[in-house]
Amino acid sequence: MIKQVLTVLFTLALVGCGGGEEATTSSPAKSSTPAPPPVDSATAGSIIGTAVLEGDAPEQKTVQMGADPVCAKMHTSPVQTEFVVANADGTLANVFVYVKDGLGGRKFPTPSEAVVLDQNGCTYHPHVFGIMVGQELSVVNSDDTLHNIHAMPEKNPQFNIGQPIKGLTTKKTFELPEVMVPFKCDVHKWMNSYAGVLDHPYFGVTGTTGLFEIGNLPPGDYVVEAWHETLGAQTQNVTVGEKETKEISFSFKASE
Amino acid sequence: MATRSKSTIQAHQGRWLHRFAVVTAASTWVLIWAGGLVTSTGSGLSVPDWPLSYGMLMPPMVGGILYEHGHRMVATSVGMLTTVLAIWLWRSEPRQWVRRLGVAALAMVITQGVLGGITVIFLLPTPISVTHATLAQTFFCVVVLLAFATSREWKTAASMTDRGRLSLRTVALIATGTIYLQLILGATVRHTGAALAIPDFPLAFGGLVPPLETAPVAIHFAHRMFALVVLGALGWLVSRIWREHSSDTRFTRPAIVLSCLVVVQVLLGGTIVWTSRAVFPATAHVAMGALLLATSWLLTLRAFIHLTPEAAPSMSSMSVAENRGLS
Repeated sequence: MIKQVLTVLFTLALVGCGGGEEATTSSPAKSSTPAPPPVDSATAGSIIGTAVLEGDAPEQKTVQMGADPVCAKMHTSPVQTEFVVANADGTLANVFVYVKDGLGGRKFPTPSEAVVLDQNGCTYHPHVFGIMVGQELSVVNSDDTLHNIHAMPEKNPQFNIGQPIKGLTTKKTFELPEVMVPFKCDVHKWMNSYAGVLDHPYFGVTGTTGLFEIGNLPPGDYVVEAWHETLGAQTQNVTVGEKETKEISFSFKASE
Repeated sequence: MATRSKSTIQAHQGRWLHRFAVVTAASTWVLIWAGGLVTSTGSGLSVPDWPLSYGMLMPPMVGGILYEHGHRMVATSVGMLTTVLAIWLWRSEPRQWVRRLGVAALAMVITQGVLGGITVIFLLPTPISVTHATLAQTFFCVVVLLAFATSREWKTAASMTDRGRLSLRTVALIATGTIYLQLILGATVRHTGAALAIPDFPLAFGGLVPPLETAPVAIHFAHRMFALVVLGALGWLVSRIWREHSSDTRFTRPAIVLSCLVVVQVLLGGTIVWTSRAVFPATAHVAMGALLLATSWLLTLRAFIHLTPEAAPSMSSMSVAENRGLS
């Protein structure tokens, strides 16, 4: 309510100053190229693969949860940081892999089911996830302590909301594609999470085995990007034929 | 007899008013520490609502809430102290400008609270956060002035001649002005996240001048360069005091404090870089900056009430109050 009042006051002040920029509108140029055909599942292929880490994985640190005794009591064993989660064989978790280019002007329906971001044990679950533009994000507080959810996108509006009680759920959506949107809790500074917001459903996140899969992909030439929160991003050109399952691998160099 | 008792009571009340103003000023310095801690610990948005905190008056003081809500609690206390001070001044202070300054202080502390709320609700917009930080220093100067104006020293000041081409008043005012500008630059460094934009100290990227290609580097470097201007201004002020008022402890003592504080302040600035912006040096740098400003401001005020520029009309033709330039 206070924010709304302040926003109205700010807007009035700006209008009063006469400094408002007039939006330049123009009719969008009509494209001469025909819209690409819808995805035919009979011919669709897929991309599967792994993300691996070259070199030694940095030693993960134990998260110090002493700032909130409720958080500390929820864990019987130490909680490790998730900056680089790699297995002994080098496979890498928490890599967001998505089709960056090649889908043309196809439009995809927004899924009706919500993506859940759970605050449980004073950590975010999942740590990295994908979501479509307009799809509901349901942020849940499963802890006996309070959290604030501070989303820090650059293209979408930022938000910062409080969840003081266990069981509270807040629903949010993103209106623009953005890779990635960071989330953090300013109360518990170790808590962070990342969302890849896309206008299509062709994305995946490597799990604990380092594997990902992007299915039901129409045949075509694509640019596929793999993003990791500390190791950066890299792209590959991938051609997918009819009913073809293309296998690719992304290799990230461990930081010196 | 009755008049004498009345004046005794007034003097007694005046002493307590002065003490109360000093407590308010000291509390404001504590508040600046608390505000600095909020930024240094990155806790500014740990409480997403305002004026309540998670819809409560007293949320659990865990994690970042300890700093953010703690800051709000100290701010509320300073607000209450300022309210009492303004009312007390309004009821008992004979000088109109002091009464009005008390009201101005109250208006400032309320504005400061609202700015703090706006900065939380609008997710720390840099201009608002910098204004909040700047108003904090301005408010601190106002309560220091109130504390000094209610002191016996102010009320019994006798003017001496201020020799020199530029009066000590002017030199002190320049020094205080440069510190104030430096604090605005410092607040800009803090609130644009430019504290580590130059990763080494005292050099900058191994040289004297860094590549000024990004805004954070330019802001950070401007803060460092302006520190040299502040050092120059303070050196000028301290040397003037030593040359012309070396036997007057009212000037030499704050000058010694200023000299020590400026060394500590430069070292704290370096420590922020060397420790990758550790919480204590980053917060202490803000608080020491405020103390530096207040000390220089106190010296300026003393120059105004104790010294009259040489070219001014003779003291006999003017009242002391008129000569102070603050009456």
